[in-house]
Amino acid sequence: MILEQFPAIIVVAPLILSFVVNFVGWRNKGFCFPFVIIALSVSLVSAIGILYAVIKHGTIYYHLGGWNPPWGIEYVIDHLNAYVALIVTVIAFVVAIYSKRSIEQEIPGDRIPQLYALLLLNVTGLLGITVTGDLFNLYVLLEIASFSAYALIAIGEKGALIASFRYIVMGTIGACFYLIGVGFVYIMTGSLNMTDVGQLLPDLYYSKAILMAFTFLTIGVVIKMALFPLHAWLPDAYTHAPSAVSALIAPTMTKVGCYVLIRIIFFVFKPHYSIEIMPLTTILGWLAIIAMIVGSIYAIAQHDLKRMLAYSTVAQIGYIVMGIALANKAGLTGALLHILNEAFTKGCLFLVAGAIMYKMGMRDIYQFRYLFEKMPLTMIAFVIAAFSMVGIPPTCGFFSKLYLLLGAIDARHWIFVATLLISVVLNVVYFFNVIRHAYFKPSEAYAHDGGRPEKIAVDEVPLSMLAPIWFTAIGILITGIFSGKIVSTVIQFAIPKCFLGGG
Amino acid sequence: MLEIIVSKYNYWIFVFLLIIGLYSMMTKNNLMKKLIGMNIFQWAIILYFISIGAKRGGSVPIIPGGHGHGVQKIVVHATGYVNPLPHVLMLTAIVVGVATTGIALAILVRIYNSYGTLEEDEIMKELGK
Repeated sequence: MILEQFPAIIVVAPLILSFVVNFVGWRNKGFCFPFVIIALSVSLVSAIGILYAVIKHGTIYYHLGGWNPPWGIEYVIDHLNAYVALIVTVIAFVVAIYSKRSIEQEIPGDRIPQLYALLLLNVTGLLGITVTGDLFNLYVLLEIASFSAYALIAIGEKGALIASFRYIVMGTIGACFYLIGVGFVYIMTGSLNMTDVGQLLPDLYYSKAILMAFTFLTIGVVIKMALFPLHAWLPDAYTHAPSAVSALIAPTMTKVGCYVLIRIIFFVFKPHYSIEIMPLTTILGWLAIIAMIVGSIYAIAQHDLKRMLAYSTVAQIGYIVMGIALANKAGLTGALLHILNEAFTKGCLFLVAGAIMYKMGMRDIYQFRYLFEKMPLTMIAFVIAAFSMVGIPPTCGFFSKLYLLLGAIDARHWIFVATLLISVVLNVVYFFNVIRHAYFKPSEAYAHDGGRPEKIAVDEVPLSMLAPIWFTAIGILITGIFSGKIVSTVIQFAIPKCFLGGG
Repeated sequence: MLEIIVSKYNYWIFVFLLIIGLYSMMTKNNLMKKLIGMNIFQWAIILYFISIGAKRGGSVPIIPGGHGHGVQKIVVHATGYVNPLPHVLMLTAIVVGVATTGIALAILVRIYNSYGTLEEDEIMKELGK
């Protein structure tokens, strides 16, 4: 029965087709794109099928090759995995459609098959991370996702090579720390299966080796998800990558990192350990606060739209981590909803940045004059996404921030509450700066270069780029309007059981 | 003190190599040296995994008589065998390490072709930062 094989198909389809795309690309570049779409459609259908099955029947256990856990590799899919996997596949699918025209213009023709192959490999890695239930398997898939991201970034413009190399160094340190952590856990428990380790660990909670394992695992993941102060690789990498690549990895990679963090600190290690024995959530909470403020302030200072969005990503990771650190029902709901919101919103914003690059050939915010008249549809989508970032109802951003705020009030963390409100104001500053330059402009300031031209022709990007932009923009509104439904059917089951009773 | 060092010497070697790798990744200006540091860092972890699986006097973990139907039950003394799992994991990790090195070297070649140098500060100067 094919339905039972969905957990494997979701990973295997993009993996196999990434090789096919590479070989087909030698003969004819035109054949690559349909294969990419086929692979991602298969993954998308499987992800929807999995989410449906999980909602209907509960957690899915899939044993690869028929080996029973804890010896074999097991894919465990509960509400949390299925939710994140669906977000990743939707964004990947949308970006793949968009990438056709965008990369044709941005990168040399002979690299297009490689880019598509790497794109599929990246999706393979990300989806693998979300479905796997094995600690070492997660490391390998994390590296598959990272390798393809290094190479994808290196394809970009001038400066991308050095950004990519720095990302390699930081990413490898992160992955190796994770591996050391896995080694310590293996020595102490003799198991690599997450569920199994989760059951064996409580007896060892006061061991120093487990403390080290926990520290290494979290630092490794935190580097991969670019939480302040380990975010240094992110802005350069996201700025110089090709637009379609930024639009794929910015919404997905760091969010998958957040997922891994939740998985490790609340499922492999139990909340009792992460909150009380080793007060990790307190440390993460303070880092998140600094990330939110510093990321936003850096974003305000940027001229380059993509760089601004990259720093905004650093700030948004702060929001998600703050929700995790609050460790109560409302906080975690906010964090998970914010993962969804961030994926759609950052996706939309990076797609818009790519569209502006496509038509105007530049990304300097201060040269965005008359952009609303030239590209009205693109810029309206930008405004919707900016509203979501700021948190104006009925966008999804409003609801995720509302939950975070409720969580912070529940936990009596008044500094968190204050930081949330301040960072909202900072978000307003940098997003409305863009809108101001694109829409309202002091006409006399530009009088010296001829003033306002008489008529500005509408010059929109092609439909295959506009449709993805609008899909994400409408997605932001729909997920906002139906956020109550999303919380009641998926997210509340994705939160560890012990948080549901208390608050 | 000396006893702790000698009895757990594999861990000390691991930590020592790890710190050498981390140090050169953080402080070296030449990108190639950074890459070498990264490799030392990775191989340190691989050595560590292999050392935890090894046993003095341990034999290859193959059960004599094979497996399949009709094989009579053989008593297996786990203490007599090395632990194969960390070694198998490291096969994968070695592949991962080689792939990292490969990508990093390819990028270094392209950096050298476009900037004519591998010194980080000179490249930054060229990029105007």
